[in-house]
Amino acid sequence: MMSYLETLLFGVYPYLAGAVFLLGSLARFDRDQFTWKAHSSQMLNKENMRLASNLFHVGILLLFAGHFIGLLTSPEIFHAFGVSAGAKQILAIVAGSIAGVMCFIGLTMLIKRRLTDPRVRATSSRMDIFILLLLYAQLILGLITIPVSLMHTDGHNMLNLMGWGRNIVTFDPIDAVASISQVGLLFKLHIFLGITVFLVFPFSRLVHIWSAPVTYPMRAYQVVRQR
Amino acid sequence: MSHFLDRLNFFKKVTDTFSGDHGIVTNEDRGWEDAYRARWQHDKVVRSTHGVNCTGSCSWKIYVKNGLVTWETQQTDYPRTRDDLPNHEPRGCPRGASYSWYLYSANRVKYPLVRGRLLKLWRAALAEKKDPVDAWASIVEDPTKASEYKTQRGLGGFVRATWEEVNPLIAAANVYTTKKYGPDRIYGFSPIPAMSMVSYAAGSRYLSLIGGACGSFYDWYCDLPPASPMVWGEQTDVPESADWYNSSFLMMWGSNVPQTRTPDAHFMTEVRYKGTKIVTVCPDYSEASKFADIWLHPKQGTDAAVAMAMGHVILREFYLDGKSEYFTEYVRTKTDFPMLVRLDQRADGNYVNGRFLRASDLADSAGQANNPDWKTLAFDEKSGHLIVPNGSIGFRWGEKDGMVGKWNLEAKESLSGAETQLRLSVNDIKDEVAPVAFPYFGSTKHPHFACTEHDAIQVRNVPVKKIKLADGSEALVATVYDLTLVQYGLDRGLGGANVAKTYDDNVPYTPAWQEKVTGVPRAQIITVARQFAENADKTHGKSMVIIGAAMNHWYHMDMNYRGVINLLMMCGCVGQSGGGWSHYVGQEKLRPQTGWTALAFALDWHRPPRHMNSTSFWYIHTSQWRHEKLTMREILSPLADLQQWQGSQIDYNVRSARMGWLPTAPHFNANPLEITKAAAAAGEEPAPHIVKKLKAGKLGFAFEDPDNPVNFPRNLFVWRSNLLGSSGKGHEYFLKYLLGTTHGVQGKDLGEEGGEKPSEVQWREAAQGKLDLLVTLDFRMSTTCMYSDIVLPTATWYEKNDLNTSDMHPFIHPLSAAVDPAWESRTDWDIFKGLAKAFSETCPGHLGVEKDIVALPTLHDTPNELAMPDVKDWKKGECDLIPGKTAPSLVVVERDYPSTYKKFTSVGPLLDKLGNGGKGIGWNTEHEVEALAALNYTVLEEGVSKGRPRIDSDIDAAEMIMMLAPETNGHVAVKAWAALSKITGRDHSHLALPKEHEKIRFRDIVAQPRKIISSPTWSGLEDEKVSYNAGYTNVHELIPWRTVTGRQQFYQDHAWMLGFGEALCAYRPPVDMKTVEPIIGQKPNGNKEIVLNFITPHQKWGIHSTYTDNLLMLTLSRGGPIIWMSEVDAKKAGIEDNDWIEAYNINGAIAARAVVSQRVPEGMSMMYHAQEKIVNTPGSEITGTRGGIHNSVTRTVLKPTHMIGSYAQQSYGFNYYGTVGCNRDEFIIVRKMAKIDWLDDEPSAEAETVSATSTPVEAH
Repeated sequence: MMSYLETLLFGVYPYLAGAVFLLGSLARFDRDQFTWKAHSSQMLNKENMRLASNLFHVGILLLFAGHFIGLLTSPEIFHAFGVSAGAKQILAIVAGSIAGVMCFIGLTMLIKRRLTDPRVRATSSRMDIFILLLLYAQLILGLITIPVSLMHTDGHNMLNLMGWGRNIVTFDPIDAVASISQVGLLFKLHIFLGITVFLVFPFSRLVHIWSAPVTYPMRAYQVVRQR
Repeated sequence: MSHFLDRLNFFKKVTDTFSGDHGIVTNEDRGWEDAYRARWQHDKVVRSTHGVNCTGSCSWKIYVKNGLVTWETQQTDYPRTRDDLPNHEPRGCPRGASYSWYLYSANRVKYPLVRGRLLKLWRAALAEKKDPVDAWASIVEDPTKASEYKTQRGLGGFVRATWEEVNPLIAAANVYTTKKYGPDRIYGFSPIPAMSMVSYAAGSRYLSLIGGACGSFYDWYCDLPPASPMVWGEQTDVPESADWYNSSFLMMWGSNVPQTRTPDAHFMTEVRYKGTKIVTVCPDYSEASKFADIWLHPKQGTDAAVAMAMGHVILREFYLDGKSEYFTEYVRTKTDFPMLVRLDQRADGNYVNGRFLRASDLADSAGQANNPDWKTLAFDEKSGHLIVPNGSIGFRWGEKDGMVGKWNLEAKESLSGAETQLRLSVNDIKDEVAPVAFPYFGSTKHPHFACTEHDAIQVRNVPVKKIKLADGSEALVATVYDLTLVQYGLDRGLGGANVAKTYDDNVPYTPAWQEKVTGVPRAQIITVARQFAENADKTHGKSMVIIGAAMNHWYHMDMNYRGVINLLMMCGCVGQSGGGWSHYVGQEKLRPQTGWTALAFALDWHRPPRHMNSTSFWYIHTSQWRHEKLTMREILSPLADLQQWQGSQIDYNVRSARMGWLPTAPHFNANPLEITKAAAAAGEEPAPHIVKKLKAGKLGFAFEDPDNPVNFPRNLFVWRSNLLGSSGKGHEYFLKYLLGTTHGVQGKDLGEEGGEKPSEVQWREAAQGKLDLLVTLDFRMSTTCMYSDIVLPTATWYEKNDLNTSDMHPFIHPLSAAVDPAWESRTDWDIFKGLAKAFSETCPGHLGVEKDIVALPTLHDTPNELAMPDVKDWKKGECDLIPGKTAPSLVVVERDYPSTYKKFTSVGPLLDKLGNGGKGIGWNTEHEVEALAALNYTVLEEGVSKGRPRIDSDIDAAEMIMMLAPETNGHVAVKAWAALSKITGRDHSHLALPKEHEKIRFRDIVAQPRKIISSPTWSGLEDEKVSYNAGYTNVHELIPWRTVTGRQQFYQDHAWMLGFGEALCAYRPPVDMKTVEPIIGQKPNGNKEIVLNFITPHQKWGIHSTYTDNLLMLTLSRGGPIIWMSEVDAKKAGIEDNDWIEAYNINGAIAARAVVSQRVPEGMSMMYHAQEKIVNTPGSEITGTRGGIHNSVTRTVLKPTHMIGSYAQQSYGFNYYGTVGCNRDEFIIVRKMAKIDWLDDEPSAEAETVSATSTPVEAH
């Protein structure tokens, strides 16, 4: 029974979520252009926003980058640089802790603001609040994994997680499920919520991530559109 | 195709570069731009306007999108007028541009609303009694049940109802009131028909059909200047704003043109480029002041002193020392200057000016068989004889044969037709120089206004002639001109005291004298007066005064106004293009008036309608008379015999009404339907029956006993009006006595105080909650709605079809429905049509065909205006009671009550039978009724209306107005001018012949505003050559003014005018209302209290064009009630800008924010009127209830001279003459508030006890 559930949650669910994530984003982009935005509420109340928003965004971007690189890079690559699995895990724990704490402080402030500021609260949709709480839960779970990881710093557990990640993106769900079955419940929960974030992504304000103005700082002095 | 696919252009994102690669060209999708294009796309544009008593009367484009009104912009398609004039457009202002906010705002009344407690009582009573009339009786006849809902007025508690439920309720109340007390206990108040004629007519037609009384508004708003009917016999007639452009010397006197006449102000600014000089007279630095070449800022309320001093200069320089041929000829032929006035000797040997010399004073009535009491005389320079010239009002009525057609201003002797040149002064042919006593009021003490030390009786020398009277005795006479020179304090070398040789003499009415009163330097007065007259002399009258209601809102407004009008008459400006008196105070000009009256007052079915002057009505029925502090002794002439002039304001009103001068509502202390029945039972005609009972004292006038329940006004309809949030002077008295609810009255009445009580009125314990039912129709939840029992949701100005005109421009244009009325709202026409139906259905078993009797005052422009050459009171035994002569006419009107709906929706037969007309002329209108039948089709259903033209819809009603009116139907105009030609003996039809075949229909004006057609209803011309100017036809067509002399009158000779010292214009200081002393320092809150004069001008962010609850306008202003005050006063009271302050006196209290500004002079405060108490208003510390409106600190006061009747131009006319609701003599105490209580909490036990000690207030 347990293995069926693991197959469903860690072998099938990632693809379902991934499909919803991509197709959903596409559909929303095409159908609802005017909802494709960050929904910033900074205009309603600026108090502490510079600190809270920056802490949150810097923290979560670092975490995202860390997870992306950490989960998908094959061990051979960092071994080639002479980094052992254990050393990589320590690196991940240290970098993740710093980014995680930044993100935690920022997100705590943002949640408090969203729930208690009357103007912000009144203009919030249920999804706005849900997505914050979801990220908050995910972040806390991630932070709890740190002391657990410190108990076994040999990198074994980490390699299992990386195996799952790489197997999923290489369309090998059976091996992926096999990898994940080795890790603890806490990690499984963290991964489950992580996949869920992708699932709800197109229905939330997170879509603004697609439109991050990456090239904006490098634009030409004058941009003219054709008729 | 797809936003996503369109963006898959990474490799060819840049299609081109320029400026050395600093710029790039991209081909990204631009579809998103359509969203911004669609923002301004719309489905249709509809022409409408804003029906809100705004003289602007601007035509607007209303944009509709997806079935909703989205925004409005100014129309720019007015027809062009004259070659040399700037365009009229664009017309509009920010107030009008923000109106569409109302349609879908939270403040919109969406459903019929009923006070919850009343609805509960009604449902229970209806279930028990079955018959609605019995059900209504069971509620209002039970004091417990009645007070259960009356005391809750203004405290919220409305519930949603349906039309099917409220219409029978209202109908039951009307039927019950008619049956039990009489139809004259049902009152309707709606102002300014010109702003939406059909909407007004809907309610007034319903009321007139059932016999209810329609209340006047122009006088109640104090927009009516009684000086105009006194001087000209004309309600108000003024130049269109385009005529400002023809002026070469323009004074803005108490009129804030850029702020309150925004769409017209451009004519004023444009004419400055032609070199026209602008002089502004205004105590504060208003927006108008900044346009001035010279800005005079006299102390508020002393304008008459400025005008008198200017008159002094003009008379000296252009009549005595210098001469103006133009002026001399003008005043000789167009004013009463040459007319002779009798001088009566006083006990002390001095003389006093009396009434005009009349033909009847002379032997054989000077050959005048008809109306010799009403023909005035003058000396003719050509023949040297004393003659009766053409034109006095006696020639207007009842002349026969050869004497017909003498009512004109031709310089002719009336009997022989010989050419005349009337003598202005008898100085050259005088028999002697007589000492004449003149009243002087400037020495009256007032706590806040300067007085001078001159004697109250000024004896001065006047040149006189001796005349032999019919009885053989001799009398002294002087010309009005001679008396005027002396009244203005000019020394003509006849010796004697109290006249001035130079401008620097300290004698009343010199420029030096006025300095102390007004604070204006004498040099400025001399300069302005001299230039004003010099310009008029050179241009033949192109000096103009634009004048606003500001000066008209003082108790002695007549003096302010007559002072200015005298200047214009002296300089020959009235009736001359680019000159004259431009009094703009609201949208008073109902251009197609004679077409409209037939519809509005159901003259097609019943005549006469019941009209009431509202000022007296509210003064009496809101029991303000019980608190009267101003005695009539204070304002009588010092020459008057106090024994002869006893009584208080209400006493004078009662006397006036019983002599047939002012109207009454209710008429008698009995139901008129019952009176006619009692007469029939006694086998008598109703009129003699009433006369007998009145004489025997068995029947009395309702006004003699206002606190008797049989005399209460029982039902009140308010529509198109915010009576309780705007015009209701004495607001708190309305709440206490008329409505019987929470109020803020602080003073004691005469009973509690032991004051002097009226002698003509029964004093009883004060009645509270007189009104059984208050129904208000509105589209927004106004202050009036808050106090109503039933609120009916009406269509907004963009949801109905109606007509709109103004005195400011010569066009008629429509309101038209851009969208259907939203939610459950209906047009006013449909609402009253529905009520008429419900009323008709409720009648069976209670009302059938009934005989009603209407007590009609003697009316101006009817033969009855000659009823009383000398004042005689039948009650004092001075004469017999003769209806229509010494008392009101008593006219029986038969009302077929169950047919009310049928009559409402069809044109009645009286138009065919009696014709149509107005202002003293009548014409046959059968042809127009036939045309209307063809246009609107006829009624097919059985009943009284079968075969008559239909008026089902608001457009049908508009067509009726336009078909019948000379202004919109050329054929009628020709008929009307022909009718006038018969009386004047001069052919006027050439004025309308070129437009004879023009007929303006409703759809025509929907397409484009139309220029109206010249009509004898008005005194100016709608012409391609000349701008509309009041008095133009009098001056150029020689049509007499409708006054005693037929001329413009410097002199007013009615006995009451003499008694109150206003025969000639004088300076009269503001009166002392005594509302501050009893309460100052009595209710301390720890902050300093200062006393300020309370002025209530028009505001910038509300009236006109919209109200003060419009969110867009509130955002631009301070967002709630404000009172302006000077920096000096603010400092004295420790008040800073935007502090919460309280303004109060014994009338009540207001909570508002202070606007501390350099604009305002010391000693004065300004509260823009009609700021709603429902917007951002906290509780008052004084009253414990919500902070009040501007009228919470005012109270109505009446002036007996406005009650004069049966005397030519001083005869009653609806909105034409009568008491006016002035309020600027009021003072308030201002202090900073200590505690701001928003009254948002549940009432505490403590709060209830506190308020219960002072007034029956319930905290909320």
